[in-house]
Amino acid sequence: MTERSYLDHAATTRMLPQAQQRWLEVSSLMGNPSSLHDSGRRARRIVEEARESIAADLRTRPSAVIFTSGGTEADNLAVKGLFWLGETQGRNGVIASSIEHHAVLDPVKWLGEHEGARVHWAAVDAAGRVDPSDIESALAAHEVALCTVMWANNEVGTVQPVAALAALCRSYGVPFHTDAVQVLGQLPMDLGELGAAAVTVSGHKVGGPFGVGALIVDPDLKLTPVLHGGGHEREIRSGTLDAAGVAAFAVAVREAVSHQGRFAAEMMDLRNDLISRVLLEVPAAQLNGEPNLDGPDRLPANAHFTFAGCEGDALLLLLDAAGIDCSTGSACTAGIPEPSHVLLAMGAEPQASRGSLRFSLGRETTKSDVDHLLDVLPAAVDRARRAGSVRSRS
Amino acid sequence: MKVLAAMSGGVDSSVAAARMVDAGHEVTGVHLALSKASSIPGSRGCCTLDDARDARRVADRLDIPFYVWDLSEKFAQEVMDNFLAEYQLGNTPNPCLRCNEKIKFLALLERALALGFDAVATGHYAQVVDGPHGKELHRAVDPEKDQSYVLGMLEGWQLDHSLFPLGADTKDQVRAEAEVRGLLTARKPDSHDICFIPDGDTAGFLRRRLGDNPGEISDVETGVVIAEHDGAFGYTIGQRRGLDLKVPAADGRPRYVVDIDIQERKVFVGPPGLLDVDQIIAVRPTWANQPVGAEPVACNAQVRAHGTPVRASARVEQSVLVVDLHETIRGLATGQGVVIYDGTRVIGSATIESTRRVVCE
Repeated sequence: MTERSYLDHAATTRMLPQAQQRWLEVSSLMGNPSSLHDSGRRARRIVEEARESIAADLRTRPSAVIFTSGGTEADNLAVKGLFWLGETQGRNGVIASSIEHHAVLDPVKWLGEHEGARVHWAAVDAAGRVDPSDIESALAAHEVALCTVMWANNEVGTVQPVAALAALCRSYGVPFHTDAVQVLGQLPMDLGELGAAAVTVSGHKVGGPFGVGALIVDPDLKLTPVLHGGGHEREIRSGTLDAAGVAAFAVAVREAVSHQGRFAAEMMDLRNDLISRVLLEVPAAQLNGEPNLDGPDRLPANAHFTFAGCEGDALLLLLDAAGIDCSTGSACTAGIPEPSHVLLAMGAEPQASRGSLRFSLGRETTKSDVDHLLDVLPAAVDRARRAGSVRSRS
Repeated sequence: MKVLAAMSGGVDSSVAAARMVDAGHEVTGVHLALSKASSIPGSRGCCTLDDARDARRVADRLDIPFYVWDLSEKFAQEVMDNFLAEYQLGNTPNPCLRCNEKIKFLALLERALALGFDAVATGHYAQVVDGPHGKELHRAVDPEKDQSYVLGMLEGWQLDHSLFPLGADTKDQVRAEAEVRGLLTARKPDSHDICFIPDGDTAGFLRRRLGDNPGEISDVETGVVIAEHDGAFGYTIGQRRGLDLKVPAADGRPRYVVDIDIQERKVFVGPPGLLDVDQIIAVRPTWANQPVGAEPVACNAQVRAHGTPVRASARVEQSVLVVDLHETIRGLATGQGVVIYDGTRVIGSATIESTRRVVCE
């Protein structure tokens, strides 16, 4: 078996040993955090310490941290919860960027189709960045229940001007939500300074366990729940708290935040090397997203290319066989690749957008992984291009 | 060899893939997503989400890479649109044959070869054997399951890169083997329907897609109009069931669809004797390796997936295949394929354009 190079850390990354250990410790304890007896109190204490730890790391208040089953649930809670809250105040507009992750995109579409939301899809430029003046005119034109723009895009890695957007929304009295799943551990995150109404984070992207995440939400906002039940998490998110999960999540967040600066610098070096070599060695490779690789506007571990004339899934198959794990960007339930809505929104042709791949680096990535990729990528692209031309002819 | 196993999620392609792994090939599994519309819970086509999942689980079991390839656009164009267009021309197309011709052994095979695979393996019941003029396609050992008819259009270059690991076995043997291997598809029922018409109601499908197209049903012998129909598309030459004729025939015998005039939206019925055919004219012939020329060759002709082959002689005149049948065939619809055999060996195939009736109307 070929030595594998995992270049899909934006999809998920390995759980940190410290987080694993913490998970094992807590999972051996007896007790439901909502129980009133001693065992319950001990479990509750672990949950609250995790909440405080995460709040401190993200520069927010513990009461703002609502634990969820992950990023998708946190996004759904933010989008639907803020919309339904706004509805009670006579506001039914929703502003969302057209390049959101499906966990935001689809709830917004659903609200438009089933709940009477008036949706304004904010366009992006060729680098994948929204235009604050476009969002401002939408804020001015409608009674808006929420505005949601992801902090950084999961496919092309473009960082949005979220601080400016949060301030803009505040000036209109509109809650601003941002999905920060890709940002945690990659960029500095100071939620107090950001001043957003709600921020989504997820555990498994930063070395925590799967199935745990959080919505950091202004405690003054009484979100309408998506999950009704026993009234956990300030009656915003019912469901028995996963003490082991959130404790391990907190450990991973602590690690991610405390090493963020050094990690980002290392990733950026490796990533810039990867990008310059791909552009040099693969004919007609095109970099997508923010072109300035040394600035703050692109996630440090993200590289995303279009290889014109290829089908992304053919390229993925060839790289997979050569020991490279990477991604075509977005996946759907049956595993059928669709042209990426992100690239389409950035103005790519549907056909070209199908020939795209994302390489995302992580804690374990080394120069030898980049060397491995460059050893096999040029031939794989060449072969996929020949297969692509066959496909269009037959 | 690097082998791409086409895995439908059924028992046959599962065992075929397993045998390729056992044979020591480097196997990659691919499930073709052919019809997005059929990914509806409860539908029983050959490409539902359940089938994709089953195929994936078999690939897990075999420990081979597995992917889903979306050929739904091409399938819609080449198979479904063609299916409707052929009915609109008054023909009765065979979509499975068309799918093999345009999707599995063209789009898929070409893509596989371009990506560096040496061959595509499927769960079809047929045999590829070495012959004096290259690879030959032969009938499967199990006459009940033989699928050489729907593969009859394969040409030499396709046979060179096609593997049918089940051709020497019976269905029962394959199912038993799937059980022994512990494959979760072992007890899955066979699919019989057209995959994009999972309820089997072809007439309803055509009506929904092509709209009502009402007209008259008349007796071809008397010229009398005896019923109305919703759309001539729903009828096939040789059809007896579902005609709902109110007026009995003069002789009291059952009547069959003997002719369809799509332009005039007329369906003609008559006695079965009118359906007897002794010559087939078929277009776009393909040859496994040795083309038939102007000189007639003795052969057996088969015109349906599970039809009985009849003795015939075949020749090509101006690139059209002419098949003279030594025994008549009853009720032959245009648009179907005719495959000619020499014993168990496929000589070639073509699409039936017209037939010569024994009794002129």
